[in-house]
Amino acid sequence: MSAPNDIVMRAEGVGKRYRLGVTDRRQFIDEFKAFTYKLRGKADPTRSLDAMGSQRIGEDFWALRDVSFEVRHGEVLGIIGRNGAGKSTLLKLLSRITQPTEGVISMRGKVSSLLEVGTGFHPELSGRDNIYLNGAILGMRKTEVDAKLNDIISFSGIEHHIDTPVKRYSSGMRVRLGFAVAAHLEPEVLIVDEVLSVGDADFQRKSMGKMKDSANSGRTVLFVSHNMTAMRSLCSRVIWLENGRVRMQGPTEEVVAAYLGNNSSSATEKTWGEEDAPGSEVGRLRHVRVAPASGGELFLWEDAIDVEITFEKLVDEPVYLVIWVYNSDNMEIVNTNIRESLSEADTLISGTHVAVCQFPSHLFNSGDLILSIGMAHNGRMSFKLDNVVSFTVVEPPRTGTWHGRRQGMLQLQLPWKVR
Amino acid sequence: MTETHDIGTTPAGTVWEGAVGRTWDVVIRPASPWWRLDLKEIWRYRDLLSMLIYRDLTALYKQTILGPVWVLVQPLLTSIMFAVIFGLMARMSLAGYPPLLFYMAAVVPWSFFSVVVTKTAATLTTNAPLMTKVYFPRLIPPLSTLGSSAFTFLVQLALFFVFALFYRVSGFLCLGTRLGIALVASVGVIGNGLALGAGLLVAALTTKYRDLAFVIGFAVQLLMYMSPVIFPLAKVQEGSKLRIVVEANPLTPVIEGFRGSLLGSEMHWSTLWYPAIVSAVLIVLGLALFKRVERSFADVV
Repeated sequence: MSAPNDIVMRAEGVGKRYRLGVTDRRQFIDEFKAFTYKLRGKADPTRSLDAMGSQRIGEDFWALRDVSFEVRHGEVLGIIGRNGAGKSTLLKLLSRITQPTEGVISMRGKVSSLLEVGTGFHPELSGRDNIYLNGAILGMRKTEVDAKLNDIISFSGIEHHIDTPVKRYSSGMRVRLGFAVAAHLEPEVLIVDEVLSVGDADFQRKSMGKMKDSANSGRTVLFVSHNMTAMRSLCSRVIWLENGRVRMQGPTEEVVAAYLGNNSSSATEKTWGEEDAPGSEVGRLRHVRVAPASGGELFLWEDAIDVEITFEKLVDEPVYLVIWVYNSDNMEIVNTNIRESLSEADTLISGTHVAVCQFPSHLFNSGDLILSIGMAHNGRMSFKLDNVVSFTVVEPPRTGTWHGRRQGMLQLQLPWKVR
Repeated sequence: MTETHDIGTTPAGTVWEGAVGRTWDVVIRPASPWWRLDLKEIWRYRDLLSMLIYRDLTALYKQTILGPVWVLVQPLLTSIMFAVIFGLMARMSLAGYPPLLFYMAAVVPWSFFSVVVTKTAATLTTNAPLMTKVYFPRLIPPLSTLGSSAFTFLVQLALFFVFALFYRVSGFLCLGTRLGIALVASVGVIGNGLALGAGLLVAALTTKYRDLAFVIGFAVQLLMYMSPVIFPLAKVQEGSKLRIVVEANPLTPVIEGFRGSLLGSEMHWSTLWYPAIVSAVLIVLGLALFKRVERSFADVV
């Protein structure tokens, strides 16, 4: 065992409850009624009945429950989970923005969070004044800012405009300045939330380098991100949150693999029975499955992807199956129909058929992809079923210094030549 | 050494002697009692306090032609306005003092009070974007308002003395400087207490009842007419309904006392008991309620 003294943060049974539906904005008269009834020892008449009687869970929502972990000095701890898993709530608790409903969090040394860079900038003040203001808001002493002022200014890369009011800055400049201050906080525990997504690539590289420096210089970092690439290369240990609870914590590779495996198997297959098969008078869907052609668990970038559709054709006329591929922003990436490679004769006979469409490897960029499936008949769309199956394309661990998410919907492997 | 942990629980066999070696710096628990003010914490953030005061003072008058001169122009214009309307047109008798001085001696402390109350009352709303993102002691913004307003107040007071010299009226000299300063100081403390306490109370209640944000403007205005800012208390008929209302206002002795010590009229210390008690009650109540809402504030807004 390592010396226990190096534990810098400890959470024990931490929970955070939110009230759902109760807006907490009762009228004054209700408040008064509740008070007088309480004085007389009666039940509050303004409270809804099921809230006091039966323990209806719908009223309370535990954003976090029973979360326990510890962070050792110098550790880079990653926190992953789907949206709504409680990551942000946990960060809010750790950065003391809100208080837990139960449990205890203990910390040593200064804990700073980068929940939002450039917090508290005043538009009328100059960049220089705002460095002091922002630094103070983030818990820096004035003497600290004095000492680091030049570093901060040169890190931000806006030396020429440092005495210009911040309201004249572009949003990019504001972010740079904000990050420059935050990067020089030098707390014992640094909490970072998706900050890597801000700024251009050059700035991202700078920030990433700064974060690595922090980690290497023995600073403890808590890092929250959806970016598994950055997670893998930065963190030594990862906590996976699901529905407000710790689903798993341990070495990065193990947890990330389990997380990705769990996530991508969630909606890759759908089956319908005789009764509920969706479709129209020309045909119905019975079974849809999307899987890596390699037979593996993950949809790796280097895998081809098979979409297998079992469908019933109800007419003896040509019917075209169509597949649409959308990304998580609901942008259409591509659509394909069965006539692209099959002749009309192949699609003529009615009955149950299985169609397989293969998307080649090295095609989609990493991220969530959602398929819609439909059928066309007589030159018009007979039906289109959205959100049939979904899967997550995973990028292999990357070498090099840049870990930001690659932009674009496709990530092709194109032949390059140098002459 | 492996780091594999059980799912959802603390690692088995880990004993927390760690905390013995060096105590925790911060322990976050579900609730801390309302009387724990954490003055140490506020002291730790004193640089933020001074930065916010600096921000309040400098940012306000950016992009104005007169700039910081507005600090002097505002009370002067108000006093001139009162002097013209009440002194000249309504021919209000002002116990023989020059109208401008008479009004300035009350407008300066009054504007201090009203700015602190209204700004403190809105502190949770105006600083919401900040408070939902960064932790700092939530009392810092109200304290910074108090600080920047106090600075403005002192500057305006200096202006008053310039005018007093011009009119050759000086309460300090009449009353004896020591007594004058003691009076101004105690009146100031009480006034601050009233302003901060009432402001915090309203701030806390506003998170629940947004109506108060609208009410506060009228309330402050009403309070002014209920206090001897525009008329000397002695002119209000003893025993009349108006007199009772004016005397019920804890600000009345404060304003009277302040004007008295500046202009050199008679002043009874005993009148200060009432506002002192009200101010203490407001401060305790305001702090308690403020502390209560600041805990859950980030979740509600």
